[in-house]
Amino acid sequence: MQLPPAVHARLAGGPGAAEPLPVERSPKAGAVPFRFTARQVRFPREHEFFEDGDVQRHLYLQDVLTQVAGAPERPRVPEFTCQVAGCCQVFDALEDYEHHYHTLHRNVCSFCKRAFPSGHLLDIHILEWHDSLFQILSERQNMYQCLVEGCTEKFKTSKDRKDHLVRRHLYPADFRFDKPKKNMSPATPRATVQVSAEALGAEGEQVEGDAMEVCSEPAGERHTAGRRIPPTICFGQGASRGFKSTKKRNKHQ
Amino acid sequence: MWLRRQGCLRPAGCGVEELRRRRREREAALRKARREQQLISKRLLRDDAPEEGEGGCVAVILGQAEIQQFLQLAQRGTEEKERGRALVSLRRGLQHPETQQTFIWLEGSMRTLVGLLTSNQALLQLEAARCLHELSHSEQSAVAEACLPATSYLLTYLSGHSSDFIELCLYTLGNLIVESEAVRRQLLPQGIVPALAACVQSPHVTVLEALGYALSQLLQAKEAPEKIIPSVLGSTLPQHMLQLLQPGPKLNFGVAVEFAWCLHYITCSQVNNALLITHGALSTLGLLLLDLAGAVQRTEDAGLELLACPVLRCLSNLLTEAAVGAVGEQMQLRDERVVAALFILLQFFLQKQPSLLPEGLWLLNNLTANSPSFCTSLLSLDLIEPLLQLLPVSNVVSLLAAQAFLQQSGLQALERHEKEAQLQDRVHALQQTALHS
Repeated sequence: MQLPPAVHARLAGGPGAAEPLPVERSPKAGAVPFRFTARQVRFPREHEFFEDGDVQRHLYLQDVLTQVAGAPERPRVPEFTCQVAGCCQVFDALEDYEHHYHTLHRNVCSFCKRAFPSGHLLDIHILEWHDSLFQILSERQNMYQCLVEGCTEKFKTSKDRKDHLVRRHLYPADFRFDKPKKNMSPATPRATVQVSAEALGAEGEQVEGDAMEVCSEPAGERHTAGRRIPPTICFGQGASRGFKSTKKRNKHQ
Repeated sequence: MWLRRQGCLRPAGCGVEELRRRRREREAALRKARREQQLISKRLLRDDAPEEGEGGCVAVILGQAEIQQFLQLAQRGTEEKERGRALVSLRRGLQHPETQQTFIWLEGSMRTLVGLLTSNQALLQLEAARCLHELSHSEQSAVAEACLPATSYLLTYLSGHSSDFIELCLYTLGNLIVESEAVRRQLLPQGIVPALAACVQSPHVTVLEALGYALSQLLQAKEAPEKIIPSVLGSTLPQHMLQLLQPGPKLNFGVAVEFAWCLHYITCSQVNNALLITHGALSTLGLLLLDLAGAVQRTEDAGLELLACPVLRCLSNLLTEAAVGAVGEQMQLRDERVVAALFILLQFFLQKQPSLLPEGLWLLNNLTANSPSFCTSLLSLDLIEPLLQLLPVSNVVSLLAAQAFLQQSGLQALERHEKEAQLQDRVHALQQTALHS
């Protein structure tokens, strides 16, 4: 199919519409019943007209190998340490460091050092855990906001909010980023030792607890004075860096 | 901007003939699936070397005990790297359908995996997410549905910052979405649309492409016109989508392909196309068409039809909206360069992808049906003859070409071409069609 050069030239030219030529019916057309009428055509979703293009689209999607991103191997760099105070993780690839930084250091509460997956959850945490004005206001109005982006509901208590999350948004009842604020009494002391070795699969035991803590939870009363002594300093009470598991009380024990 | 990710890595030991045969098989399977309205495709991100199941298999089938062992090690190992490696081994096993089945039926396994996914140990999070991604790719609904406990976390992580991790979560979500309505029935109340709308502001192209993929899967669902598209249209997604389709230095091919298909699924559902027009969809897509034609002229890249196809479809469907007349000049499509671009693309299709010719002609029909201006462009740019040259290509093409042609007061032009010998037959055929159709 040959295209006249004017076409390429026109594409390269500026925008503009053609001045329409007058429409003249040919006498022949008038003589015979001319049933053709110009009209636009619509095709709905499942029309077979789209079959070929859809098949090509799906071949593209399935074609795993052409979609492997960038270089298959992460470039290695000389080992370096995380520069955040108190963290001594070592890395030899930038992507690993990026993820580490965003997971552990990016959205960190300056009061209690807990890390959160997003700025949104961090903001809610600070409001609900560390803002005394929040406590006062929440006695008079619904202040606990729904965690789901786009939902504007607010609730009187954190429990009401949890119920809403479960019923309305089908969230798991043990959603990890919705821990109720710990009360001040030295209640259930959290274990500060590693998870005891127990067979996996028995009652679905798994590591739970406040997954976002950077350091172990000290005893209850320490927490109330937590702001003075940063919880990352534990005076040798079994705290360790990085992943800290705290085991929920096994109700079968 | 038109750089596509190159690289067609072949599985070891596969000749060209073998590849062609496989492709034909896949194509046949897809056609069958489409006719049964069961078209499902998933995307798999695998960073390590391809490990094909057939011949030279590296994907190991893991038994229950081994799975338990790896999970325990991942949970309770002392060294982080060691725990990560345990998950890598698990992931390799999960590439095999049998291991997947064993895994999902093993009590507590998903809970452990989700626990690792939400741990504050970055490496474990990533490896757990990769295991989940393998599971999401399964062809068995039960396996995908077993991943449901993880979805609220996947959505939460979309508002994080680690682009690799977000990309992985998005592809996993995309795979799960397409698997079953049960999954979508959970994801919608969990807020997937607002989560995607927030995530679309990411500056990372890898994230955007993954997001486009996930969204396209969501929009392709059977129940999308009633249950999904209205909320997508009510969010900020349409504006962002159109922004990402605007030609310019920031246009990324992979991203554009995904969002063009998203737009197609929306427009062909005819839910509220007027809204898209008020957001400037026609002018954006028109400019994109011009850009495509320019790219075709320069590079002859065979991949461009992947983007051209949805753009043509969107334009064709949008042009049928009554709203087109109602919006301002800015929003309409009047630029005659579109006609020039379309023919350049038709020429390209003729050589590289003839199956797309009908779609191109469909656009030509919708452009010219009610527009003396576009008809005039066709004549003044001397495009009648090229149009006639398309007639022998196929029945569908003939019909559409004839239709388009007849809109241009074609009989008079026909008389001019009667003289040209090679076109005589076709000219006569068309004259007959005009007088008797």
